Amino acid sequence: MSDYPEFEHDVLVIGAGGAGLRAAIEAAAQGVRVGLVCKSLLGKAHTVMAEGGMAAAMGNVDDRDGWRTHFADTMRGGQYLNSWRMAELHAKESPERARELESWGALFDRTPEGRILQRNFGGHKYPRLAHVGDRTGLEMIRTLQDHGIHQGIDVHMEVTVTRLLKDGDRCVGAFGYDREQGRFRVFKAKAVVLSTGGLGRAYLVTSNSWEGTGDGHSLAYHAGAELRDMEFIQFHPTGMIWPPSVRGILVTEGVRGEGGILKNNKGDRFMFRDIPPLYVEQTADTPEEGWRYVTGDREARRPPELLTRDHVARKIVKEVQEGRGSPHGGAFLDIAWIKERIKDSEAHIKKKLPSMYHQFKELAGIDITKEPMEVGPTTHYAMGGVAVDPDTQMSTTVPGLFAAGEVAGGLHGANRLGGNSLSDLVVFGKRAGEHAAKFARDNPQYAISEPEIEAAAGEALAPLERGVSQVGPFQLQFELQTMMQDQVGIARDEGLLTKALDGIRRIRDAVSEVGAGGNRWYNPGWHTALDMKHLLTVSEAIALSARERKESRGAHSRLDHPDKDAKWSTFNMIVRKGPEGGMVIERRDIPPLPQELADIIEEEG
Amino acid sequence: MKSATFKVWRGDREAGDFQTYEVELEPGYVVLDAIHKIQAEQANDLACRWNCKAGKCGSCSAEINGSPRLMCMTRVEDVAGNGPITVEPMRTFPVIKDLVTDVSWNYEVKASIQKMTPREPDFEDGSWKMHQYDVERPQEFRKCIECFLCQNVCHVLRDHQMHGEFAGPRHFVFAAQAEMNPIDLTDRIPQLREELGIGYCNITKCCTKVCPESITITDNAIIPLKERVVDRSYDPLTKLVRRIFGRSDKG
Repeated sequence: MSDYPEFEHDVLVIGAGGAGLRAAIEAAAQGVRVGLVCKSLLGKAHTVMAEGGMAAAMGNVDDRDGWRTHFADTMRGGQYLNSWRMAELHAKESPERARELESWGALFDRTPEGRILQRNFGGHKYPRLAHVGDRTGLEMIRTLQDHGIHQGIDVHMEVTVTRLLKDGDRCVGAFGYDREQGRFRVFKAKAVVLSTGGLGRAYLVTSNSWEGTGDGHSLAYHAGAELRDMEFIQFHPTGMIWPPSVRGILVTEGVRGEGGILKNNKGDRFMFRDIPPLYVEQTADTPEEGWRYVTGDREARRPPELLTRDHVARKIVKEVQEGRGSPHGGAFLDIAWIKERIKDSEAHIKKKLPSMYHQFKELAGIDITKEPMEVGPTTHYAMGGVAVDPDTQMSTTVPGLFAAGEVAGGLHGANRLGGNSLSDLVVFGKRAGEHAAKFARDNPQYAISEPEIEAAAGEALAPLERGVSQVGPFQLQFELQTMMQDQVGIARDEGLLTKALDGIRRIRDAVSEVGAGGNRWYNPGWHTALDMKHLLTVSEAIALSARERKESRGAHSRLDHPDKDAKWSTFNMIVRKGPEGGMVIERRDIPPLPQELADIIEEEG
Repeated sequence: MKSATFKVWRGDREAGDFQTYEVELEPGYVVLDAIHKIQAEQANDLACRWNCKAGKCGSCSAEINGSPRLMCMTRVEDVAGNGPITVEPMRTFPVIKDLVTDVSWNYEVKASIQKMTPREPDFEDGSWKMHQYDVERPQEFRKCIECFLCQNVCHVLRDHQMHGEFAGPRHFVFAAQAEMNPIDLTDRIPQLREELGIGYCNITKCCTKVCPESITITDNAIIPLKERVVDRSYDPLTKLVRRIFGRSDKG
């Protein structure tokens, strides 16, 4: 027995955003004892930041929609590197997951017929996103939270996990500390679900909160799991860029879904140029047709602002590089122009985009009903993540370890469509919870290793024992973020990536000497020092995978290999911890697409 | 404005005091930026909560120059006067450390509020017919980001410390959205009166004034709930009608 308080659950869920809450609810419904660990307070996870909506092919607004079209859209958006099985399950199951949220209290905006209203979004052929104004993520997390607190789940708030515990190959728990007093905790579990979200804090300009340090990706990797598709980081095309303090904060794609257009400093609507071949037939020829599309004309095709995020982000960068950017290095996003088209546009914008109105008014002094916004790309989402079985969400190599939501890889391939994240959370959160509960019931016996706990405790205490160091934890974090931004960002090449891998090694050495002052009570310096291990692990995985993929596809752009190359379309990059302890990479063939799904892709065009 | 002086409350449950920090500013700085800069450069162990930095998660509540606000949505230039800018934790909740308070009581109260019971679905796919006008009222309350600033300023909690008998504005907003949910059958009116203490609210509207989401807490949530409580409990005619017909006043 260790000296640390022990908590025993059948299923331990790490991370309490949409995926974690949904997993915990499902596991509890299966009748097992569930523990839910949140890094922050309950209900504060990054899911609250999701704005635009949840993709689910319910066909409430356009009855031509269905799971087949959603599946084909998701695969096209992901440039066919997706796990086709996950894309299939996701498209089939998301409508039911959306309706289920209503039975738990969610109140989506409505159609005139009294059904859930759906809106247009980039890469989705039909209006598909269930939404509540531009605060859909808040609606989702609050619904799951308010339902979850009545399901007998033990919630551990403000607890950070630093290591997964193993019994042989199997994952049997976790070690962590509480923020309040820095006390260690040992969690014993028959199955563990990771739902820790993303890793945006590896970059300087990001929409992610302090929590997004890639904890789950890194915990899984160090426990022997494989990570896939780590080269694909979504740079959301529209983040705020001015003033500096707001840099990176998200501006929802919903602005474009409601008719917002992108312009350069010449007033030119540059998105009409360079439409990617995969999308030419689905894109409007004229601004007029684009406007008809966003206002519900079923015969019209989408405006080019609603192309996939990877493309829009690259186009903005190109305008800036060629001297046509906005004053602070981005593009103009204009929703105010719709006053030319509709009466009372001011009230309409405030109703459809209330938090965007508020955000720009308060933080930038801009009234979006009257003036354009200045926007540019911001690090938003990791398509890559733990390689899992598509049906059960269990790690391909670590039995008893499950992953759901952003920390899991596969669904989104090379680029995620907006709106497919909120649906991902609940579809695969549910599956992970269900299969983790089943695994726990089928595998009741396990042992916890005392030496492993002692090693974890030693590792966690080390920065405090070293005391204040010359270079502090925040400085190292900043150094890594700056380097990743410059060298592993939206435009990459072999030289930069190799330099970044060297830089990561150097910073890792520095981290082994970094210390933190103060004591164990709520000490952000200490916590940041501990988060660095995760940030470095995911940074290395991104840079290594990006160097290996010598083509440009989806969110991954190589200046030295600017074109997409068909021979790179048949495999995913996999990284894992090698026998020597270093990171190794391999190319893994994508399993052949079943004929039925291939036909759907063919038919849907 | 190139720099500003901040007086930040630092301490724990036992003791604490204001510490002064000089912070160089960048354009558009919000108070949370200044706190982060102090944390990164001068006091690594300065404790504060934050997540989204965009007014959506409700984590960074504090009292800035004595006013309860979100640090992420308060621009430094808007609160800078002649003297230093003071930043201190919410005073209604016990301090854990520096700007971080123990808000766990709020989570306990919420869990005690009766859960939802959906009525039978209207459609075969298991969903319900609801119109926009049906959901608009509760949608206002569902904007709540649980920053607990309303709880912090409510004098029933802040001055009278009636935590055991009074749920506070946040939870009346929560109860209101549930009561006004078009498909929910649970009746929380007796609980609001007996356990949640809605009668103690004397509608001074302090909560409404501080709500960063501009929810009209008092007029739209608390007063309608009070009316339902009164109708139910004290109106003899309504009571009689209900007894005879079993009618509900939900909706």
